[in-house]
Amino acid sequence: MAKFKKKGGKGTPGISTASLPDIIFMLLFFFMVTTTMREATLLVRITAPQATEVQKLEKKSLVDYIYIGPPQRKALGTDSRIQLNDQFAEVKDIREFIELGRSQRDESEKQLITTSLKVDKETKMGIVTDVKQELREVGAFKINYSTAKKQDSKK
Amino acid sequence: MARPVNEINAGSMADIAFLLLIFFLVTTTMDTDSGITRKLPPPPPEDMEDIKVKERNIFKVLVNKNDRLLVNGEPGDVRDLRRQAKEFLANKNLKSGAVPEDRPEKKEVDIPLLGGNVWISKGIISLKNDRGTSYDMYIQVQNELAAAIRELRDEMTQDYFGMRFDQLTDEDKIKAIQKAIPVAISEAEPEDIGGK
Repeated sequence: MAKFKKKGGKGTPGISTASLPDIIFMLLFFFMVTTTMREATLLVRITAPQATEVQKLEKKSLVDYIYIGPPQRKALGTDSRIQLNDQFAEVKDIREFIELGRSQRDESEKQLITTSLKVDKETKMGIVTDVKQELREVGAFKINYSTAKKQDSKK
Repeated sequence: MARPVNEINAGSMADIAFLLLIFFLVTTTMDTDSGITRKLPPPPPEDMEDIKVKERNIFKVLVNKNDRLLVNGEPGDVRDLRRQAKEFLANKNLKSGAVPEDRPEKKEVDIPLLGGNVWISKGIISLKNDRGTSYDMYIQVQNELAAAIRELRDEMTQDYFGMRFDQLTDEDKIKAIQKAIPVAISEAEPEDIGGK
């Protein structure tokens, strides 16, 4: 019995924090891998419409974004505008934007570039149609209408 | 000659790592982008003639600038669209090309995985919208049509392979089902019907 009693009485030893850096590093690497930097500063307001039949966009590095929505600064009016990268643009600028996107990718990946249309739900189809027509002209056929996931009540 | 080197104090390592961790925590955006993927048709050549498609093979959906629907000439509702589209594209019997008068025709295609030559529907959904249609409505319509096709594919996959379409992992099977039920949505060349 005395053998066991020896241990007590001295107070509990402090928990070793030697493995703390390892744990933190693990978390750090997790966030480093999952992180994607914001693509652009939004100049337009976008509330994505909701849909049930959504697919995930694979390979973010192969996605170009076109934003369409009313400007965030009220002084610029309430009509929907197109935003490419960090600035407002017109429909005719899309060609250059797509070409630029292509030139940044490898030859083998050019066919896989998806153009993601992030459009505010209040936007009229006119401007979207113009953009789509331009994309057809340029040959960027793969598009994705960005939508939020809605739970299907009928399921 | 070599003096015993003092060990570097690693106590601050955790702090440095914490700093980095917090940086990535802040800059991280976890939301994955999702949406409805579509393939645009290539621009029509200059000298293209209009392709004649029989009336019975087309399921016409028109959306006007007030977001009202006209489905096959009759006022419709988004909530019924999925059922209507499914009814139109439904193809219960792949083995026979016989169809009632009011249903879209079928054509014979060779899909080995589904048992050689099968008859698939020639039905096309034609979607036309006005420049004044709201994007939200357009997406709702696209969504319902996509849902109709997805449900049909699910049903067929269930019949042939005993699982849902999105559970299929075999590339060939996926291709076979996609061939049997293609995404037959045709968007008309834009036209200014109702003005802005």
